[in-house]
Amino acid sequence: MTVNVLIGGAAGQGIDTAAAILEKILKQAGYHVFTVRDFMSRIRGGHNFIQIRFGSEPVHSHTHNLDLILALNEETISLHQAELSDNGLIVCDSTTHADDSRLLPLPLNEISKKLGNPRVAGSVAIGTLMALFGLSPELANPVLPSFLNEKYISINQKAVAEGYKLAQQRWSVPSGSCQDWMILSGNKALALGALAAGLKFYAAYPMSPSTGIMEYLAEQSTHCGIVVEQAEDEIAAINMAIGASFAGVRSMTGTSGGGFSLMVEALGLAGITETPLVVVDVQRPGPATGLPTRTEQSDLKFVVSASQGEFPRLVIAMRHHQDLFYQTIRAFNLAERYQIPVILLSDQYLADASATVLPFSLDNLTIETPVQPPEDISDYKRYQITESGVSPRVIPGDPRFLTTADSDEHDEWGRITESAEVRNQMVDKRMRKLDGLKRELEEPELIGDESCDILLVGWGSMYGPLQEAVATLNQEGQHHPGCVSALVFSDIFPLPTKRLTHIAGQARLIVNVEQNATGQIAGLIREYTGLACGRSLLKYDGRQMTGEEIVAGIRKIREVAYE
Amino acid sequence: MNDHMHQTQSFDTYETAWCPGCGNFSILPCLQKALTQLNLDPHHVLMVAGIGQAAKTPQYISANGFCGLHGRALPPAIAAKIANEKLTVIVETGEGDSYGEGGNHFIHNIRRNVDITHFVHDNQIYGLTKGQASPTSEIGHVTGVQTNGNINQPLNPVFLALAAGAGFVARAFSGDQKQLVQIMMDAIQYPGYALVDILQPCISFNKVNTFASYKDRVQPLTDSHDPTDFSQAVQAATQTGEQIPTGIFYRVEKPTFHTRHPVLADHSPLIEQTCDPSRIKDLIQSFV
Ligand SMILES: Cc1ncc(C[n+]2csc(CCOP(=O)(O)OP(=O)(O)O)c2C)c(N)n1
Ligand SMILES: [Mg+2]
Repeated sequence: MTVNVLIGGAAGQGIDTAAAILEKILKQAGYHVFTVRDFMSRIRGGHNFIQIRFGSEPVHSHTHNLDLILALNEETISLHQAELSDNGLIVCDSTTHADDSRLLPLPLNEISKKLGNPRVAGSVAIGTLMALFGLSPELANPVLPSFLNEKYISINQKAVAEGYKLAQQRWSVPSGSCQDWMILSGNKALALGALAAGLKFYAAYPMSPSTGIMEYLAEQSTHCGIVVEQAEDEIAAINMAIGASFAGVRSMTGTSGGGFSLMVEALGLAGITETPLVVVDVQRPGPATGLPTRTEQSDLKFVVSASQGEFPRLVIAMRHHQDLFYQTIRAFNLAERYQIPVILLSDQYLADASATVLPFSLDNLTIETPVQPPEDISDYKRYQITESGVSPRVIPGDPRFLTTADSDEHDEWGRITESAEVRNQMVDKRMRKLDGLKRELEEPELIGDESCDILLVGWGSMYGPLQEAVATLNQEGQHHPGCVSALVFSDIFPLPTKRLTHIAGQARLIVNVEQNATGQIAGLIREYTGLACGRSLLKYDGRQMTGEEIVAGIRKIREVAYE
Repeated sequence: MNDHMHQTQSFDTYETAWCPGCGNFSILPCLQKALTQLNLDPHHVLMVAGIGQAAKTPQYISANGFCGLHGRALPPAIAAKIANEKLTVIVETGEGDSYGEGGNHFIHNIRRNVDITHFVHDNQIYGLTKGQASPTSEIGHVTGVQTNGNINQPLNPVFLALAAGAGFVARAFSGDQKQLVQIMMDAIQYPGYALVDILQPCISFNKVNTFASYKDRVQPLTDSHDPTDFSQAVQAATQTGEQIPTGIFYRVEKPTFHTRHPVLADHSPLIEQTCDPSRIKDLIQSFV
């Protein structure tokens, strides 16, 4: 059982802080939590809402079926009352005008004024929600200080206590066991992964929805001893990251599609100079400025081929918060091992979503260092032709050898050449790195059974909605022909094809489920396996597909397919 | 001259691909001399360039080298210095690279004031692409693209650098090697971003600004010029007329990126700093 709460209001009304406090309280109560944020691209006014879904079992994604609405303005009610279940509740201030039998008007503003600060109305409401969910009122006290300025803590504690008195328990959700888990946003999970991987230098230019990565890293700059530099543009950002990496520190840059567009030439620079580099693209709907604060998965085909010329690269799509941490660490090591650019594809949905996860473990953490030339050589070749394609990487400052990098085609010593023979050797050497890389690709995760009638394929953040959809669809399996499984890719380019071809061979129909208009993974699958996705479920309105939407789509497909 | 770049003992130079008579031939030995006289170790020197004829310089001298993208020499250069302040980082590249394609980096790296040196080979033309107008080409300069003569005002890089807040601004001429070596040494030793705009004839593609025309016009600043006086610097930098002043226009010390940065100031170089895993564990715990 999950309960789904929507907190809505205008920008500037503090719904973000209220949601951050509430989700943490719910986690401290032991629940699994998944929170999604829906922002308009403005600082004041407009309509913003946050949905917090919690339960005793893991929650993988969001849903539009609401149990409770906390409305800080009237617009929230008119926009969302249709999504509220019949026995749901709308918590709002007593002065709110709305025609709905589920309204629970409470003196939120009056109480906060009496307490001496109208801005604590949100905390009064949090107290009320805690009462409605039957949570212990003490849970709020240790949580509030992490989100509030010290001088406002005690007044907010009073506000929560007052709000608690306004309602009786209405829901009784069996408790989970997440007290000792983490709750954090996707951007922070990725940034933590980078820090764990030994990140020393991050350069970026602000761009939603990637800015949270830079902000978190900057916040930890002195704690972890890293330099976070706001670049003059994304071209500078990526070229800085390459320069720092060349000079021997782990470095990363991050942006969204627009900034990535500016970075593409330098992606090839990392490719030809064989400089390890991690680039994050937190996708948002394009083209151009698109929908700045919303979500999409439409940069896949772009990032797999971005930049002129041919060079090996790895693209990893983030499926969930665990990936955002562990795959980021792995990205740094693979970038170093193969001396290639690694692109991490996240998106606004994940970046801004908070989720409960088991505390990240550093137990198996390894940090790979540049492969070194043998001690006894006298002639160091930075781009030595090797079987693996990987050459020893000396860091400038090494008293033994000098090292060079050149964006021109170069010989083994890194000096410009136009020799046809050397050109071929160098292209072959670089591309040979793919042989090793392909051997260690991770196959997509299978949700459901290997033998299935309908195989859904998705990637990245479609993981959560697909989890929910497969569970629901297979519950109805007895009544409907066509059992459903899903494969969700994280390593996505080069495309791992083993598990896909194996399972697809037995399925009757492959359906690609993606947050874009053209079915980009279907294209990659076709290109690299010859397999065709017979149908597709696509969405590109900037709002993440829910499990229910997938279920509805698959039901329709199933009806036609099994008529 | 040497065959391959693995000499960590001295700043040897290599066979070049420049046109016979190119001004770059005068600049390279000056660089070699300046580095040698400063007693630097080649393995502690990193030469960074973009793309162009001038930008080939790192290929021709025995030091570490990073030849990046056209216009993008400064970002990797400052980042390398941030990563490892023990490196002496020198950007050596053309004026098209520095002020045209890379103009935004030029302005903003003056603001950062990372301790690097920027030698701009200013031949007032795009050499590598065979003679189009550059940001410093004169009005009326006829090229294969500016067929009726360049109609855009030339940029004054030294004036721009002063206006943007650079602490070391100089102009030199490839034909005055004695002065150039001294300016190069001063620029490399200056703690902060140092710009040296080096006038350099392009024998093949610039028939307007020839060796002779520079030679006749350059005029070293006299001893009465006070390089710590901003207004004198501006006056010299904006001087118009027949004479082109050369020398160090401005030199004042300012806080650098490293001295201002909490992670770099009074700390060991970034590359030598390690973050204890317990600190990452603290962060993980902060989300519990
Ligand atoms: C992105 C990009 N645009 C254009 C070019 C072509 N290009 C190479 S060098 C150059 C101009 C060189 O002029 P300058 O920097 O003054 O150097 P010079 O050759 O005169 O020394 C141009 C336009 C390129 N390599 N990359
Ligand atoms: Mg030029």
